[in-house]
Amino acid sequence: MTIDWIHFTPLSALTGGLLIGLSAALLILYNGRIAGISGIVGGLLQRLQTGDVGWRAAFVLGLVLAPVLYRAAAVLPEIRIDAGWAVLLLAGVLVGYGARLGSGCTSGHGVCGLSRLSPRSLVATLTFMATGFITVYAIRHLFT
Amino acid sequence: MSVLLSFVFGLIFGLGLIVSGMSNPAKIIGFLDLAGVWDPSLIFVMAGAIAIGIVAFTLARRRERSLLGAPMQLPTARDIDRRLVAGSALFGIGWGLAGICPGPALVLLGSGSAKGIVFTLALLAGMALFEVQQRMRQAASHSPDV
Repeated sequence: MTIDWIHFTPLSALTGGLLIGLSAALLILYNGRIAGISGIVGGLLQRLQTGDVGWRAAFVLGLVLAPVLYRAAAVLPEIRIDAGWAVLLLAGVLVGYGARLGSGCTSGHGVCGLSRLSPRSLVATLTFMATGFITVYAIRHLFT
Repeated sequence: MSVLLSFVFGLIFGLGLIVSGMSNPAKIIGFLDLAGVWDPSLIFVMAGAIAIGIVAFTLARRRERSLLGAPMQLPTARDIDRRLVAGSALFGIGWGLAGICPGPALVLLGSGSAKGIVFTLALLAGMALFEVQQRMRQAASHSPDV
């Protein structure tokens, strides 16, 4: 294993992580809700009639407007998406369907679940990390 | 009030994703590429988030209502079943293919990235597919009581 010292950014990663943790902390303590993005978005598709829509839509809007706010103060960091269009479509469907079937994603299981020391979320996190590692290995080292 | 605060919390989450570098799919792929030159940044993001999360959820567990008086809705599911593992496995494959998960997808959408928009639409389609399947299953199991 070789560490990518050029792209490795421990300090900004930790700072950003603290902000993500702060957001999850505030959402559970003030709203009594888990900051799981797939659960929040999925809930919007699930029950459009109930009064549960407001906080979900507001949280999603905050996420979407974050880069707009960031851009008003500084230059947005680089965004590089190497995947082609067809792969992106397939990946999006897998991520959306998989997160709902598995009841969570990197935020719900990875951040909130591990913070709650939930064995269920640990299994989910280890599973999606494992298939993520295997997928990238296949793309980068087997088929190229 | 809770809606306004939710907006602010979403904003903080999104800023965290941008600052941490996690809204850049190339950085996620750099983490998932163990056999290449490996970028361990994601571990530091998780560590920072979980350090605060552990304290917050410990406090949350002691309360029945949130600071705004809403019911504390902590997950109750405990079973580790096929659905959890299969869903997470599919999620990981998609995550590895694009380097994008749901939070960063919404940030990419807001940044105006064309690929981010397409990914988010596909993500919503995948979630909708799950909802349709759930409803069909429910309809099939409840069919006699019409």
